[in-house]
Amino acid sequence: MKPPPFEYCAPRSLKDAVELLAADPSAMVLAGGQSLIPALNMRFAAPSRLIDIQHVEGLKGVVIEGGNIIVRAMTRHRELELNDEVFRANPLIRETMAHVAHVPIRNRGTVVGSLCHADAAAEMPSILLVTDGSVVTESPRGRREIPAADFFQFHMTTSREPDEIVVEAHFPVLPQGAGWAFEEFTRRHGDYAIAAVAAIVTRAGATDVVSLSACGVASRPIRLTVCEQIFAAQGFTDASFKAAGEAAKEYVTAPDDIHATNDYRRDLLASLVVRAVEKALTRSR
Amino acid sequence: MSRAKIRAKLPTKSADPTVDIELTVNGERVSAEVSTRMLLSDFLRHELGLTGTHVGCEHGVCGACTVLINGVAGRSCLTFAAQAAGCEVRTIESVANKDGTLHPLQEAFRDCHGLQCGYCTPGMIMNILSSFNSSAPLDLSDEGIRDIISGNLCRCTGYQNIIAAVRQAAKAMSLG
Ligand SMILES: Cc1cc2nc3c(=O)[nH]c(=O)nc-3n(C[C@H](O)[C@H](O)[C@H](O)COP(=O)(O)OP(=O)(O)OC[C@H]3O[C@@H](n4cnc5c(N)ncnc54)[C@H](O)[C@@H]3O)c2cc1C
Ligand code: FES
Ligand code: FES
Repeated sequence: MKPPPFEYCAPRSLKDAVELLAADPSAMVLAGGQSLIPALNMRFAAPSRLIDIQHVEGLKGVVIEGGNIIVRAMTRHRELELNDEVFRANPLIRETMAHVAHVPIRNRGTVVGSLCHADAAAEMPSILLVTDGSVVTESPRGRREIPAADFFQFHMTTSREPDEIVVEAHFPVLPQGAGWAFEEFTRRHGDYAIAAVAAIVTRAGATDVVSLSACGVASRPIRLTVCEQIFAAQGFTDASFKAAGEAAKEYVTAPDDIHATNDYRRDLLASLVVRAVEKALTRSR
Repeated sequence: MSRAKIRAKLPTKSADPTVDIELTVNGERVSAEVSTRMLLSDFLRHELGLTGTHVGCEHGVCGACTVLINGVAGRSCLTFAAQAAGCEVRTIESVANKDGTLHPLQEAFRDCHGLQCGYCTPGMIMNILSSFNSSAPLDLSDEGIRDIISGNLCRCTGYQNIIAAVRQAAKAMSLG
């Protein structure tokens, strides 16, 4: 057996789950297991207790309410991807999810699990960030909402306290007529991004708004504020696209690893920014 | 030179925490007491003797261990047996007909030479069956089929014949 030994609990209520987590500082939440079990198999993690939240009441399903797509903790990637109402409310989600691993992994892995795992190259954290979404946590101290901009701190590090369970993620619905695009570069389909860019273009006459985020190019998913400002100031011209690509490149220090060098990733980023904004623009009304 | 005899000092029973599980495997009810850290792949192979489910990487990358969990493909190496409690699990052993005749997908793999060593084949078959049963539209273009099998590695065939097999099976089963 590859994983280290642990105590296993499968609570039915959120109250029990919260208590079990709070009672043991080295306990961990088990959702779909698609990141945690590889880590256990490789013995990168050795929790004393795993709290399997799959049977916890109230943690399943997706609802669209008050301008948000509310994704509860046990919603599997594939469930969100195939949900047609979600597609109508925010088509960026389906376009992006096709890049998250492979279908069998998406069948079991959860969206919230991916946000909590917070790999700096993971796609869904960058979507939460570009849409100005948030997560909601539950702990013995009660509920709190954490905006995406505060949640992702570093590669595999979030501002979630160890005794907090993330119960929901809120992905805002896209404004009417907004254009969207997700552009990613990987060597093999289904890999984590070497570099990827998410773009939303909201046309409002003189005040077009461009929202841009990237993953794989920093120690966490980032908003490309510099590029957003260039488009806000200069509109969509050959010069502004070129300036935005260059600015993105200067803005980041990307990982230098066996998959790609910092320089290569920054070059990719510049091209992906241009491609994503162009595509989002053609889809906007 | 005399060698010291190995003395059996190893515990005969694991001191691991255990959990009682009940699930359905290939239509049969199974109950067992398992170590909490027992992977579903190990449970199927070592406890139930269902060695058709293969294990390649044990971190989700190769797809050899893919089985159906409640009708959809999942990695048995990234699932604890305890998580599968109450589920319906189907493995490659359940795919051929009772009389030993092959399922149309297995038939197509044979016809198209979609396997050589066969190590990846059980995972391929279970994953493709899951796509055939899915509510998502089935895209039988080369690109669509490549997408379906993109999570399964094969070191022998070069994939072309697997793509042909998927297309032939879908046709035989009137899908797509
Ligand atoms: C081969 C392979 C390829 C992959 N490729 C990609 C990829 O390209 N892009 C990508 O983004 N991901 C990829 N993944 C990861 C996948 O998306 C995981 O499903 C996801 O990262 C974790 O979701 P999970 O439900 O499986 O979480 P788990 O593995 O169960 O948990 C992950 C972590 O989050 C914590 N956690 C989970 N849920 C909660 C909660 N509700 N509250 C508090 N903490 C929680 C756990 O304690 C653990 O630390 C890949 C995985 C594999 C095996
Ligand atoms: S053994 Fe499970 S994916 Fe490789
Ligand atoms: S047939 Fe040998 S690995 Fe696929």
